Amino acid sequence: MKQFDAIVVGGGIVGAACAEALAHVGGTVRLLERGHIAGGATAAGMGHVLVLDDSDAQLALTRIGRSLWTERWSHLPPAVERDACGTIWVAADEAELEAASRRATAYAAHGIEAELLDAEALYGHEPRLRRGLAGGLRIPGDRVLYPPTATRHLLDRAVAAGAVILERTPVQRAGNGHVDLADGNRFEADLVVIAAGLATPMLVDVPGLVIRPKKGHLSITARCPGLLRHQLIELGYLTSAHGDEAASVAFNLQPRATGQILIGSSRQLDDNEPHVDQGIVARMLARATEYLPALGNVPIVRTWTGFRPATPDHLPVIGPVPGAPRLWLAAGHEGFGIATALGTARLLVDQWLDRQPTIDPRPFRVERLSATHRATACVPRGAPECAAVPDQDSPPSPFAA
Amino acid sequence: MREVRCDVLVVGAGPAGLAAAAAAAEGGQSVIVLDENPHLGGQIWRPQAAEANQPSRSVSPRAAAAPPSAHAHRRAHAWHQRAQKRGVIFETGMTLFDAPRTDHLLAVDAAGQASAFSAQQVILATGAAERFLPFPGWTLPGVMGVGGLQAMVKGGMAVRGKRILLAGTGPLLLAVAAFLLDHGAHVVGIAEQASRAAVRRFGTSLWRHPNKLVQAARLFTRLRAVPLLHDAWPTQAEGFGRVEQVRVAAGDRCQEFDVDLLACAFGLVPRTELARLMGCATQSHIDGEIVAVDRWQRTTVATVWCAGEPTGIGGVDLAVAEGLVAGYAASGAFKRAGRAARRRDRARAFAERLDRAYALRPALRALPTDATVVCRCEDVTWQAIRAQPTIRQAKLQTRCGMGPCQGRICGPALAFLTRATPAAPGTATQTTTRPTAATTSSHAAGPSTGWTGDRVRPPLVPVAVNVLIGAGQAPLANHQPSPAPSRHQEISL
Repeated sequence: MKQFDAIVVGGGIVGAACAEALAHVGGTVRLLERGHIAGGATAAGMGHVLVLDDSDAQLALTRIGRSLWTERWSHLPPAVERDACGTIWVAADEAELEAASRRATAYAAHGIEAELLDAEALYGHEPRLRRGLAGGLRIPGDRVLYPPTATRHLLDRAVAAGAVILERTPVQRAGNGHVDLADGNRFEADLVVIAAGLATPMLVDVPGLVIRPKKGHLSITARCPGLLRHQLIELGYLTSAHGDEAASVAFNLQPRATGQILIGSSRQLDDNEPHVDQGIVARMLARATEYLPALGNVPIVRTWTGFRPATPDHLPVIGPVPGAPRLWLAAGHEGFGIATALGTARLLVDQWLDRQPTIDPRPFRVERLSATHRATACVPRGAPECAAVPDQDSPPSPFAA
Repeated sequence: MREVRCDVLVVGAGPAGLAAAAAAAEGGQSVIVLDENPHLGGQIWRPQAAEANQPSRSVSPRAAAAPPSAHAHRRAHAWHQRAQKRGVIFETGMTLFDAPRTDHLLAVDAAGQASAFSAQQVILATGAAERFLPFPGWTLPGVMGVGGLQAMVKGGMAVRGKRILLAGTGPLLLAVAAFLLDHGAHVVGIAEQASRAAVRRFGTSLWRHPNKLVQAARLFTRLRAVPLLHDAWPTQAEGFGRVEQVRVAAGDRCQEFDVDLLACAFGLVPRTELARLMGCATQSHIDGEIVAVDRWQRTTVATVWCAGEPTGIGGVDLAVAEGLVAGYAASGAFKRAGRAARRRDRARAFAERLDRAYALRPALRALPTDATVVCRCEDVTWQAIRAQPTIRQAKLQTRCGMGPCQGRICGPALAFLTRATPAAPGTATQTTTRPTAATTSSHAAGPSTGWTGDRVRPPLVPVAVNVLIGAGQAPLANHQPSPAPSRHQEISL
């Protein structure tokens, strides 16, 4: 196995997955986390492992991400609270059922199991949903896990393969093959992977790299087992998720292994404050009770907020920084970091080892965001590799349509 | 949603809240007092079952607007009379769950009806909760808090002939022991963790407080037949299905007691959640985090005042004095507030001596074994929690404190168990640059920060989805700093 040193910056689920994957292909891995592991967006998220088809690239990444989780599903420890509950996309009316049907066709083309439900079938699966809905789309292969313990599990595996985890170790800057710590020390390595979510643009000098916080609220109920069986999402979710509205909410419910229900979701683009916004929570809860009226009398025990790291095109950046072949990024996963963490790590390792990547890496390349800045890209000092700037006009890909 | 306005809103109808309400009303303000309990007087002035309100009265805030103070505790009754004379409105059975603004608080009654309270000044008198320390067997039925047991006996629970051991610290043990004797219980012993010398020092300082001295003398006379152990604490409770034996470490000896009940009191914890939600600064104190106030009991938020246990555990006399200071000062009557402040300072000196004498000894941090459940809601053991570097990590990785009580019980326990724990010998110090310090699999030093560092978020207590929808969708009252309404106004939305 190829031997190399790697530093992963960021102890969220994406960093943990990268550390695990690199350690298992012969990397001597150090993971640096400024606080404690799984303490950022990972801790705030729902833990929904799903496939999504907002774009071909997203479909490819979520699909590989889900199948990698599925492969190891039965080996996950109990603390990960795995639940292969599946997703039902709920169609409120005939138009949404049409959309569900189109999505079913698209999924079928990619070999993803999807079952179109008429109203009767929908109520057979989820009898507590309000009457008058048109039907839905059931994705039996989708699943749910608890992100903080899943991250811990990945890191335990990384450590077992020789990785070292350094918590409370903030990084100031990262360059080609090195990181400068806040305490003045410098670590060097053959490969540096920045998986620092929202903090990523602050650590690297990549003109054009923008990762914006998209604030979300989640509420969790007291235990009320039996209210629902699947993760339920309204079909209008993507419209709401990627719309330009300053604040939007969507119906998105998740049954937890504990018998609690996680209620989402909200999106706010220009609010960087972590406070809980009463009005948004009320809208989010009202949307939830519109679909599942029985939820109205269930107590909420806790509400929190988190920030999704969002790129302008809703796809993560995975790959080397132009002009710095030993500095890679794995960041900007927005709301899908849990679902795509393993897929991200696979894509990264495949490219690092010059293996044939499982999916087309081009839509995730860093230079798609920074292409216009190519001429001015900063090349860190003392980086001889800068002569080997990867050709940005990529060779024909086997994945090209 | 119902919306109510007043000049001064008092949260809590215990000694501090009642005194604050009376004082603010005497200062010419329209005052509303909220309390989550159906009765007035808080935990300490809790009425006996025979004199308690009828349960049916407690569910409707309208009915509670004029609580039958004739059935209240004697001192609560007196304060209620004094406040009511000045037009103070009491709304009991009202649980506060959010403060979207510092002049706008949301509460829900037992029937699930939400109300919004707008006030120019808010006085927080939210009291204290019992601190539970985990030890093997503490989750057995029959093991409870001393305050909880007293409340249950007042509520009608029979203890006649029951063998009861009291353990923990402070004069509350003695007071409740006497109370239990009066109710026919067989108090088999009192295990006081403080040393005999500390308690004696405290006793001799009582000459400064003749009334306390008289109380103490009465207590000791009443308790002369009860074995009183010092340097003593429970190390294990055992039994089939409920507590039957308690093992007590007393000095270097170990003593066993056959019991029907074990009541513990490891001090009180200031209830500061609402203050912290409203943005009031807190400070570290021997009692835990307390709300920071100036000499007028004003918090770091200019229109928010705080009185009683949340500013430091001090007992009923201090609470009343602080309530008076806050009430008078909030209504601008600083001369009267100044007089009350002198009374407060005397009471505080007493409270500080009490704190020193009955400070929890570090040895109690060794009470839980690895297998001891610390978080009862989520069944999380001390071993699982100890492996985490911070409380936040403990919550994320083990669900500790994530259950229905949201850390209200295990939080203060962990704050004590993990406070300034000296690193165990051989423990790797955590440094930021030593690549050898693999921190993933174990943290022998245990959690290093207190529970209370966590952000407080609404709802403060579990609240039904529909209530939160109603509360969040109603527009906030347009509360300009306009001339105060002369009397409280009620608007139904």
